[in-house]
Amino acid sequence: MTQPIANCPNCGAKIVFRWSSSVQTVCQFCKSILVRTDVHLKKVGQVADLPPDNSPLQVNTEGQYGHQAFVVVGRILYEYDQGGWNEWHVMMNDGTSAWLSDAQSEYALSRSSKSQNLPTLAMVHVGQQFTWSNQRYTVSVITPAHYRGVEGELPFQYWDKTDVTFVDLRTESGKFATLDYSDPQPALYLGEFVEFDDLKLKNLRSFEGWG
Amino acid sequence: MSTGAPPLSGTPKPQAKALNCPKCGAAITLRSFGQAETVVCGSCHAILDAKDPNLAILQQFEAATGEVKPLIPLGTRGKLRGTDYEVIGFQRRSTKVEGITYYWQEYVLFNPYKGIRYLSEYHGHWNDISVCKTLPAVGSKLGGSSLTANYLGETYKHFQSAEANTDFVLGEFPWQVRVGELAEVTDFVHPPRVLSSEKLQNEVTWSIGEYMYGREVWDAFQLPGAPPEAMGVYENQPSPATTKVTGVWVAFAAFAVFLLALMAGFDMRAKKEPVLHETYQYNRAESKSEPSFVTDVFELTGHPSTVEVKTYAPVSNHWIYLNYALINQDTGQAWDFGREVSYYSGYDSDGSWSEGKQNDAVVVPRVPPGHYYLRIEPEADPALPGIPYTVEVNRDVPVLGIYGIAFLALLAPAVIMSLRAYTFEWSRWSESDHPPMNVANLASSSGDDE
Repeated sequence: MTQPIANCPNCGAKIVFRWSSSVQTVCQFCKSILVRTDVHLKKVGQVADLPPDNSPLQVNTEGQYGHQAFVVVGRILYEYDQGGWNEWHVMMNDGTSAWLSDAQSEYALSRSSKSQNLPTLAMVHVGQQFTWSNQRYTVSVITPAHYRGVEGELPFQYWDKTDVTFVDLRTESGKFATLDYSDPQPALYLGEFVEFDDLKLKNLRSFEGWG
Repeated sequence: MSTGAPPLSGTPKPQAKALNCPKCGAAITLRSFGQAETVVCGSCHAILDAKDPNLAILQQFEAATGEVKPLIPLGTRGKLRGTDYEVIGFQRRSTKVEGITYYWQEYVLFNPYKGIRYLSEYHGHWNDISVCKTLPAVGSKLGGSSLTANYLGETYKHFQSAEANTDFVLGEFPWQVRVGELAEVTDFVHPPRVLSSEKLQNEVTWSIGEYMYGREVWDAFQLPGAPPEAMGVYENQPSPATTKVTGVWVAFAAFAVFLLALMAGFDMRAKKEPVLHETYQYNRAESKSEPSFVTDVFELTGHPSTVEVKTYAPVSNHWIYLNYALINQDTGQAWDFGREVSYYSGYDSDGSWSEGKQNDAVVVPRVPPGHYYLRIEPEADPALPGIPYTVEVNRDVPVLGIYGIAFLALLAPAVIMSLRAYTFEWSRWSESDHPPMNVANLASSSGDDE
């Protein structure tokens, strides 16, 4: 596993990339948002302190998905009118990356899909059905959300967003899909709901009064 | 992989938050580490915005029927399916059906790792409920009147649709709770599970519940005293009989086959060996002086076996009665028995009728081998001057009567069990939108288990 090492252009601290394909990271010390270019790291912004949240996961949490081990390397925190949720960027032990979302302890693991001809936001409504990878998905909810902050390593530049809309889809077999409209070109993520116990998570946060 | 140093400014350990109600100043504890959307003040019933550091007041409600006390107090912890949960919220809901208001209670349970779960209680019947991650498929069946839903490969039958009102709330809720809010609730059952959809404005939430006995809830939360007694049969209460009915009938069928085989086996093995076949004449005049006589001696060979004595007399509107004694010539052992042969027939206003038979047969069990004869003492209708009659003796005949008794003895528990299952299902479905009208209706809505 390549672990490129560099120094923070802002404070000089050592920056370690745990995932070789990471494009963006946040300096743990000065909270500068750093973007990787060909030769060096460039500071593009600054993260405000993330609000206290209730996810039991954190950067460095390790777990298992099927036969693959993974480690949490970063996250994006979103807010919507019913609360907040985390999209944890996880690195699998085969070098690929995936997203583990934790919305009020409802966990889903998904990966970026290459599917083309995705619908525009204006075309989508609740109850509508789409078929990807021979699986029929039904739109369950359309969520207007706010980008709230980032932490750790991400596979793309993501730091100057404000409002983003997500379309969640479900199937009758526990599969899960998200259409992400944060860029002009929609992005599709396909995955499934996972049980907390099945993830065999280690290095979780602890909660006062809960062992 | 261990080179990544832990973040310097590690996020602080989340703690339960203690705040004060902005309306009345009473202490409010936020137990769910920020998962709650709303929190209700226990003393003034202000519904507060749990996301707001100042707990903005969202709604104020008057408990219409007074304070409702949760059976499990807020803050109680218990172990459900191996996971610790804390009761963080409570609501009472109601629905009106034909002018009668029915109330039930819902408890919000929280675990910081596993999230939210619910418990519901209606007249001592409990359900352990969680939100569905998988979409159920709803289909209509036979003209659309009887709906079914499919969830994770199981078919649920539509039980009831009703409008549920929230009329009392306490503690924390992971959604924007309001008193007076109406939701369309539809229940589909597959005991012991219930699949429910709750429609609020445009959002539909599906949940799956599993029946729990009050005792299990009391044990899980280590509550003092006894749980409220369960009244009647609840929509997804597992039937104590239904699950066993199939098994009982399978056992019955197996035994019936076994009995038939046994019967056939004994019938085939039985020799049905004729040892005596004689026709005698009864004459009233003679019988006066010599009432009884003995037959020729016949031999019974082999193992102790049944002996069948058959009598035939061509009686018509008469009777003849024969006092028999089967006597062992060698030992003097005797079996006494009397047989009547009578046959009556005629016409009346209802047409022709008849009673009795011209034949009679009786079986003497376990007669040891040896030399035997019959002593016969006939009596007859005084109106009968004389009549011939035939006596036939067969050795080693099968006895079928005991099989009939065994068969009935086996049938009884199966029938009783089925009746109990039937009554249970009848009670269940009589509370639904599809009350049983007749046997066929009920048969189609029960007994599809296993």
